[in-house]
This record gives sequence, C-alpha cells and structure tokens, in this order.
Amino acid sequence: MSSGLYSTESKDFDKTLDLKKVKPYGDTMNDGKVQMSFTLPVPIGDEGIEAAKQLMRKMGFENPLVVYYEQLTEGFTFFSGYGSCTHTVDYTAIHVPKVESTKWDMHQTDEFIKEHIGRPIVVVGASTGTDAHTVGIDAIMNMKGYAGHYGLERYEMIEALNMGSQVPNEDLIAKALELNADAILVSQTVTQKDVHIKNMVNLIEILEAEGIRHKMIVACGGPRVTHELAKELGYDAGFGMNTYADDVASFIAQELDKRING
Amino acid sequence: MQKSKLGLDFTKVNRARSMAKSIADDVKRFSDKYTSVAVERTLCRLLGVDGVDANDVPLPNVVVDSIKEKSALGQGAVFFLGNAVVETGLSPQQIAEKIASNKLDITQLPTHTREEVTDALQPYIDYSIERIKNNRARREKYIETIGEGPMPYLYVIVATGNIYEDVIQAQAAARQGADIIAVIRTTGQSLLDYVPYGATTEGFGGTYATQENFRIMRKALDEVGEEVGRYIRLCNYCSGLCMPEIAAMGALEGLDVMLNDALYGILFRDINMQRTLIDQYFSRVINGFAGIIINTGEDNYLTTADAVEEAHTVLASDLINEQMALTAGLPEEQMGLGHAFEMDPDLENGFLLELAQAQMTREIFPKAPLKYMPPTKFMTGNIFKGHIQDALFNAVSIWTKQGLQLLGMLTEAVHTPLMQDRFLSIENAKYVFNNMRNIGDEVEYKKGGIIRNRAKEVLDKATNLLEKLEKEGLFTALEKGIFADIKRPKNGGKGLDGVSEKAEGYLNPFIKLMKS
Ligand code: B12
Repeated sequence: MSSGLYSTESKDFDKTLDLKKVKPYGDTMNDGKVQMSFTLPVPIGDEGIEAAKQLMRKMGFENPLVVYYEQLTEGFTFFSGYGSCTHTVDYTAIHVPKVESTKWDMHQTDEFIKEHIGRPIVVVGASTGTDAHTVGIDAIMNMKGYAGHYGLERYEMIEALNMGSQVPNEDLIAKALELNADAILVSQTVTQKDVHIKNMVNLIEILEAEGIRHKMIVACGGPRVTHELAKELGYDAGFGMNTYADDVASFIAQELDKRING
Repeated sequence: MQKSKLGLDFTKVNRARSMAKSIADDVKRFSDKYTSVAVERTLCRLLGVDGVDANDVPLPNVVVDSIKEKSALGQGAVFFLGNAVVETGLSPQQIAEKIASNKLDITQLPTHTREEVTDALQPYIDYSIERIKNNRARREKYIETIGEGPMPYLYVIVATGNIYEDVIQAQAAARQGADIIAVIRTTGQSLLDYVPYGATTEGFGGTYATQENFRIMRKALDEVGEEVGRYIRLCNYCSGLCMPEIAAMGALEGLDVMLNDALYGILFRDINMQRTLIDQYFSRVINGFAGIIINTGEDNYLTTADAVEEAHTVLASDLINEQMALTAGLPEEQMGLGHAFEMDPDLENGFLLELAQAQMTREIFPKAPLKYMPPTKFMTGNIFKGHIQDALFNAVSIWTKQGLQLLGMLTEAVHTPLMQDRFLSIENAKYVFNNMRNIGDEVEYKKGGIIRNRAKEVLDKATNLLEKLEKEGLFTALEKGIFADIKRPKNGGKGLDGVSEKAEGYLNPFIKLMKS
C-alpha cells in the first residue's frame, strides 16, 4: 500500500456522490483527502515519522503521508500530513438542534411584542464568572450593535440592561429578580479547561435551587457556544459565532409569547 | 532637530508631549496624597514579609488588614512594622507571624520616633534594595557574556495554567528563537486582592503569578538561555489589584519585562481609577529601579474601539503613559509603549495605514522599545489567512524597527497557543525579519502620499484630544469614555475601599532610594 504525492494508482473507488456515505473531497469525489498537522512527544527521526503514520492509519486514514516534520524541541516533533479518510457519515440522517424561532429584524420583533405581549420585555445580560470579554455581549445588547445589526438597547419594546463582565452568577440573578426580567442572557468566551461549562451550569443550578428557573427565559452565547450545548446545560437557547441581536430578540419574543399566550 | 521620514511636525509633537506632562503631573499630585492596601502590602514584601498563615492568607495581607481594621492604613505599614521592630527586637517577618497567630497588635504599641523606626528597618530595606540591584547586575552580565537576540525581540506567551508545563513550552520556544517569554496570568487573578502563594498547577487561560512561579521560570530560562547562547527575558503582568506587589516580586526574582499599564485595569477589569493610578505610580518606581521594561496596554483599546477611527487615542495614551513613567523615574529605554496592528483586513490600503501608525510611533518615541501587538480582533478560525495577517504584521514591524514583537498566532481565535503554533509563528517572524531586514533604511515615504497624510492626521487628532484632556483631567476623560469607548465612574469599580489618605508621618523609604 504505497503511495506518493503524484500517485497514479488507479482510483478504483466509486466516484458518485452518495449523501448517505459522505467523506472528504480533495479533487475527486470520495477521494477522502484530509490535511492535518499535529505534534507527537517523540524525538525527530524515522521512528517518529512511522509513529505519525501509524497514528494516522488508526485515525482512519489510508495512504498516510508525512509531508513535513520538524523538531520543536528535544522530544517533540511536529508533523504535517495528508491521508485519505476511510470513514463516512450519513448526511441524510443528521439532526442538529436549532433555535426554533423565525428570525426577524428589529422592527418586526418590536411589532410582534407590541401586538402579542403588549408591554416591553425586560432583558438582563452579562459576561459572567471570571470572563472579562465584553465585546460579545456588547454586540448583542448595546445600542450600536454589531456588523450592522442594532443591539437590544435600540429596540423600542425591549428594556435591556447589560451588566458588563466578570459578573458573578448570583449578582446577575439578583438583578434579574429585582427588575422582574423576562430573560437572562449569558456570554462566555474563555473556554479553557471547560471553565465556561462549569460557570454556565452553576447559573442553572442556582436558579433551580431557588425554584425560579421556570420564571425566566435563559439563553447563552459565545464563539464556542452551540444551541445543542446550551440545551444540554439546561438553557433555553444558545447562540454561537455570527449571531446577532436579531436572533436572540426574535427568539425571546416568540418564546415569551408561547409561555404567556400558549 | 529630529529627522522625520514622515515629515512629522515636531513642534506639534513637543506641544502634545508637554500637555501629556501636565496631565501626568495632575495625576501625580493626586496619587501623592494617597496610599492603598496594595502599596502597603508591597512595602511589607520589600521589608521581607512573605509566606501564608494557617488559612493560606498571605502574610502581607494579614499585616495590612490588621492595620486597616484599626482604620490606621493612612499611617502606613512601614511605620507600624518599624515601630514593632524597635519595640520587640523581632524581624518584620517574625512580627507578621505573630500578627497571624493573634499574638500581637502592632497598632497598639508605644510609638517611637521616625528616626528610630527607619534605623531599625534599615537592614531590611538594604537587603531588598541590594537584592534587586544584584538581579539587575545579573541580567546585565548575562547580556554582556552570552548576548541577546536582535530587536525586535520575539515575544511569545505561555498559558497552560500549570507552571511546570509552562516551563516545557517556554524552553521549547526559546530553542526555536523566542527572546521573551511571557507567562500569561489566569483569568480572574487581576481581581484578587492578594497574590497567591507557592507553585501552582491550576489556571484558566493562564497561570497564577506567584513569587515561586517566577523563581521556577527564571531558573528554567537561565538554563535554556545558557544552552542557546542568548539571554531569555521573562515577562509577567503587574496589573490588577496587586499591581505594585507583583512589581516588587518581579524585581526580587529578576524578571525583565512587566505589563504595567496605567489604565488597563480601569478600562478592562473595572478596577477603580483612583486605586489604579495610586498603585501604578509605586509599581513603576519599582520597575524603573529594577531595570524592568514595562509594556503599556494601548493595543487593547483597539479590541473594543475601531483601529482606524481611534488610532489617535492610542498615541495620546502612549504620550500620557510616557509622562507617568517619567514621573516615576522610569527611563525611556524601559518604556515598551504599546500599539497594535488591529485594522480590519478588508480595508483597502490598510497595510499603508498600519505602516504610517507604526512609523509615526517609532519617530515620536525614538528611544522606547515599542511593544507591537499582532492582529487579534480580526483573527478568525481561518488559521491559514491568519498566518498571512501575522506575516503582514511582521513586515510592518521590521520595516519600522519596533522593539518587542508580540508574535501573532495563527490560532488566535481558537485557543491559547499550542507548542506547534508558537513554532510556526516564530518561523514566520524569523523569515520576514531576515528577508526584509533593511527595508526601512531603503524606502522613503512619498510627500503628500497616503502614509504621510495618515500620520499627520493621527498626530493632529491626538493633539486635539490631549488639549481636551488637559482641560478636563484624566479622571473626567475616563468617566466620559474617551479611551476604548469604555466609561468608568470615578468612585465606581473594584478596590476603592482599599484606598486611604496618607496621614501625618506616613513613611515610604523606598521611593527615594529607588528614584535616585
Ligand atoms: C478582544 C479580546 C480580548 C480583550 C477583551 C476586551 C473586552 N472588553 O472584551 C482583552 C484584551 C481584554 C482580552 C483579555 C483576555 N483574553 Co481575550 N481575546 C480577545 C479576542 C482578540 C477577540 C474576542 C472578541 O472580541 N470577538 C468579537 C466578538 C463580537 O465576538 P464573540 O465574542 O464571539 O461574540 C459574537 C458571538 O459569539 C455572539 N455572542 C457572544 N456572546 C453572546 C451572548 C448572547 C446571549 C448571544 C445571543 C450571543 C453572543 O454574538 C457576537 C456577535 O456575533 C479573542 C481572539 C479572537 N480573535 O477571537 C481573544 C480570546 C477570546 N481571549 C482569550 C483569553 C485566554 C484571554 C485572557 C483570559 C488572557 C489572560 N489570561 O489574561 C484575558 C481575559 C481575562 C479574563 N478574566 O477573562 C482566548 C480564549 C481562549 C479560550 N478558548 O479559552 C482568545 C480566543 C485568544 C487566544 N487564542 O488566546 N481578550
């Protein structure tokens, strides 16, 4: 099973796209080509290269190629490689949980709230725990918004309070109770050692312990947050990269309508 | 008269500088009247107080809290400790231990004269001063004997959370060509009103700054420095609620570079502005004396504000930071004034504007080892493009002769650097620096062209801003959100309760010794 960069080996695999058996695409359907790089804690040398190739095979790559290697420091070698993936996934069977609401712009959401809720919605948000990143929550909440999407403060029918960063969960909850908030928004950016998970779970635990979880909509967001993760942690919704005030505002409006008006 | 490749108007620069000076003097007049718990703990440390009590509370906190409880903070820890030394014949450390076990209340002892008190402390004062001087001499000797890398120094961070893992990463980076290793601090440390003790292995997004961690890394870098034949500088962060304490610990352990911005904690951690400005003064006095290069944090403004629109706030802040450093006796050669390559990569001719900014900063601060920050805000998960953004950043740096090159990482938007990320970044910088080494000596900027015009525009706007600041004062400017688009109230934020007006007879013998 040898192969080189310019392998002319007959490509005797099926070259038709089958969405039930999807694999990576390089320049020919189903060639499975993947480019990867990683470091092994072994010295540079033939044994190291062989270790890298064996590992790539175990990861499911045929014809593993090491195209570059360099010692990073004694006992650590960096590899850059290619391989043909043998695994496939059934694309037709995939179900990704998504926020189930229609995305509207600011005016549509404001109109909807006027009509269905009949009063402004109160939203309190913060970047919580030890996280000092505010740009994400500011993008969602502050008047000027982000990338051309106005923030919640700009909404006529939303009373938004952005508490800033490094806000303890207890303080966020206390504020939400004080203002009789309809929704709490949490932003998390630092994810090292899953610090965001621990912190996000802690918020839900406090809300549950105090028996007030059902009283408000709780949503979270951040570059590494997904809706699926959010649901798993007990949130009503999660918003990741490239989401804006529009997304979360329409979600809250529609969810609140469901809760109030059934 | 200075020669400018940008045709900068140096009379305007001088005027801007003198306005920045009057802003800095104003702050100094304020901070002279106050002390803080952090300043007092720093003095305890400089008198040899170290270690923790049975509950892991650092002894400097034990001592200072015991004074604060009696509402005597304004009198200062030096007076009370010195007085106790006269009275008991014990050392400051032994006294601290007694306070920790509730066997002594130093605010209730019979008082002795100022002279008696300072005389009794002289040996402890001398010990710290000598130790810091020796560290400085050690650094100078290393640089003389084994040498150092050329500027711009390649500066990388390690951030595993575990100091022993950090050592592996740091030594690897040094072997790859790094000149400065910064051990980035864990999230949340800047809001702790104490410095944790001992070696630590648990941190998020960084590693605790502790004196023991400083020692471990210093030793590791000296080892690898001797191996590669280049002195490797160690950097940490003296910012947050323990700014001057960390400066003292760094000085005692031979650190070389410290993040030490006057405004960063105020803007990005919501630390009270009065507290920060009091703390930054003493921390800079210490850094100045220890020969430590400080890094200021203007680059951070551009993570929340737009780099094109707000470029002049960076220059204005650099000028103020320069003057505040000078008032603390920190020379220009130790001022790593900050700025950054943070413009939107989609901007047409963005590279030209970055070049203008970097060249302008270079010319306005000719002696400063400028700290140049890489693109961060516009780095995305597209690591391939990110590597190119970093290459353009490196090009501007070598072209305009920056001092400390904070290497951009292709994975900036994803995680703190992996060992291989650092390797690729160092390789990138070495390639660009070597390939373009003398471009700055060869190329001139067209009269009336984009680059010269941009530099002029930024300088003009910075001068106008300083004019406003001079009238209103720095405190008001911070309240109005002039920097980084962030507003902070004068009496808001964290740490204000740790501030106290100095009382009659307040003592800080180190300022005079360190500034002379
Ligand atoms: C700017 C920045 C900073 C600034 C923050 C200034 C501020 N006031 O926010 C400063 C310089 C202060 C900073 C500090 C630190 N940072 Co930082 N920082 C960044 C940077 C460059 C950009 C982040 C950003 O602003 N993105 C723009 C915003 C708009 O995007 P966003 O947050 O993803 O938000 C969008 C969506 O996610 C969503 N969203 C976000 N929140 C929410 C909430 C809700 C409810 C909803 C609906 C949506 C939503 O909407 C937004 C718009 O689309 C990133 C690197 C990068 N390029 O990503 C590193 C980065 C995030 N920082 C990092 C780290 C480690 C730190 C520090 C911990 C370092 C240290 N040890 O000191 C410190 C923070 C200390 C602390 N206590 O937290 C790491 C995080 C690594 C990780 N995965 O854990 C990164 C990835 C850099 C790196 N590679 O090391 N940082």
